Amino acid sequence: MNENIILDVRNAKKSFDELEVLKDISLTVNRGEVLAIIGPSGSGKSTLLRCATLLETLDSGYLSYLGEKAADTGVNGRAEYASKAELKQIRSYFGLVFQNFNLFPHYTVMKNVTDAPINVSKRSKAEAYKKARELLIKMGLEDKENYYPCQLSGGQQQRVSIVRALAMEPQILFFDEPTSALDPELTGEVLKVIRKLAEEHMTMVIVTHEMAFARAVADRVIFMDGGVIVEQGSPEEVLVNPKEERTKQFLARYSEEQ
Amino acid sequence: MDIAAMLLRLSEGMLRSVTIFGLTLVFSLPLGLLVAFGRMSKWTPFTCLGECKSGFLRKIAGFKPVQLIVKIYISIMRGTPLMLQLMVVYFGPWFIFGIKISLAYNFYAVIIAFVINYAAYFAEIYRGGIESMSKGQYEAAEVLGYSKAQTFFKIIMPQMFKRILPSVTNEVITLVKDTSLAFVVAYAEMFTVAKQIAAKESSVMPFVGAAVFYYVFNLIVALAMEKAEKSVSYYQ
Repeated sequence: MNENIILDVRNAKKSFDELEVLKDISLTVNRGEVLAIIGPSGSGKSTLLRCATLLETLDSGYLSYLGEKAADTGVNGRAEYASKAELKQIRSYFGLVFQNFNLFPHYTVMKNVTDAPINVSKRSKAEAYKKARELLIKMGLEDKENYYPCQLSGGQQQRVSIVRALAMEPQILFFDEPTSALDPELTGEVLKVIRKLAEEHMTMVIVTHEMAFARAVADRVIFMDGGVIVEQGSPEEVLVNPKEERTKQFLARYSEEQ
Repeated sequence: MDIAAMLLRLSEGMLRSVTIFGLTLVFSLPLGLLVAFGRMSKWTPFTCLGECKSGFLRKIAGFKPVQLIVKIYISIMRGTPLMLQLMVVYFGPWFIFGIKISLAYNFYAVIIAFVINYAAYFAEIYRGGIESMSKGQYEAAEVLGYSKAQTFFKIIMPQMFKRILPSVTNEVITLVKDTSLAFVVAYAEMFTVAKQIAAKESSVMPFVGAAVFYYVFNLIVALAMEKAEKSVSYYQ
């Protein structure tokens, strides 16, 4: 198999009751690639992210990280998931940054960032703290390690949550609309750190509404609507010269709002 | 009877009231957590029937026995007077099973009845706290690889305790006053003693003493709980 493929999704299907949210989605993400997923609300992009991060289960389809299978369609046509131990291993391959941060409010910044490396990955305290300090410096948060999340601005909280995800040393990092809960003047600082990660060739999948940002940072853009991938390609191809009518409509409405 | 003798007898009763209070909290606070888990149990032993055609069998598939039993227990504990529960625990062994009970049993009956009653109330308070936690906290912990136990004890429980402290304060203050119910099984706690002296001496002074005792006790409880609330106010 190709060792460069970090995430492999094939024929993913997911319904909530009668509503089909994902209709046969397939996509791969290669090492070092930055993939932006755009699309209107209800297009299934968040559900795709939640299925990929094992927060939701697929109804059917194949899902693997680094060639390790997390789920595959079984003989009865339903997705069968790997064992608990295997899924635990697979969870260590990815990180997720939430729209509303989901930091642990009762922990300081430092404990938010080091608790999982120490108690889940069983790293030494010294090692976890060293790594955390490096990342905090990189994100411009070096003076905040003893703060509680409620003492930080939204942009700072989101940067802490990015540090928390990176501290687990994931192979791939997912972002679920990372700036949607932020005031416009705070989105810039978060986009800046994501851009920094892209320059370091961190493998990332970003669900976003920031078209200019997607264009600047992504290697590939996927436009989703109605549970299918309508169009994908380079940012130029999808965002500037879209082929599909649906993509054009979406982008036109989007530029009107800007 | 002079004031000193009266105070001495009252303080013996006071000691018994404080004992009921302390032991009830020591046992009912952790037991309440266990009951809360039972109340939130989603265990369905008959899931395999979910595929059946019969509607009745499908209903059984969704049957949660642990949750149902705990629900009934909580409903009885909250729906009947604590005084009645005390009497059932005290007289039950003799009337139901014909077991001869020793005189000292009344103390154990008081503790048992108080613990099972208060555990039910605490369980519902815990459940409220746990269910008020945002889903995002669980998801963040899950993605980071925390086990279910780690998620509960490290992430959810500390935040739950902060949220439920005001309700727990209410319950604990009620408990201080409820200790006086132990009189129904002839356990000589503070209020029982005060009544005995008052009847014998034809004086209201013992009641004044009792009132001061309950008030000061609750004042201490309220101050301690306020301190506890302050100690976790560093985060939101």
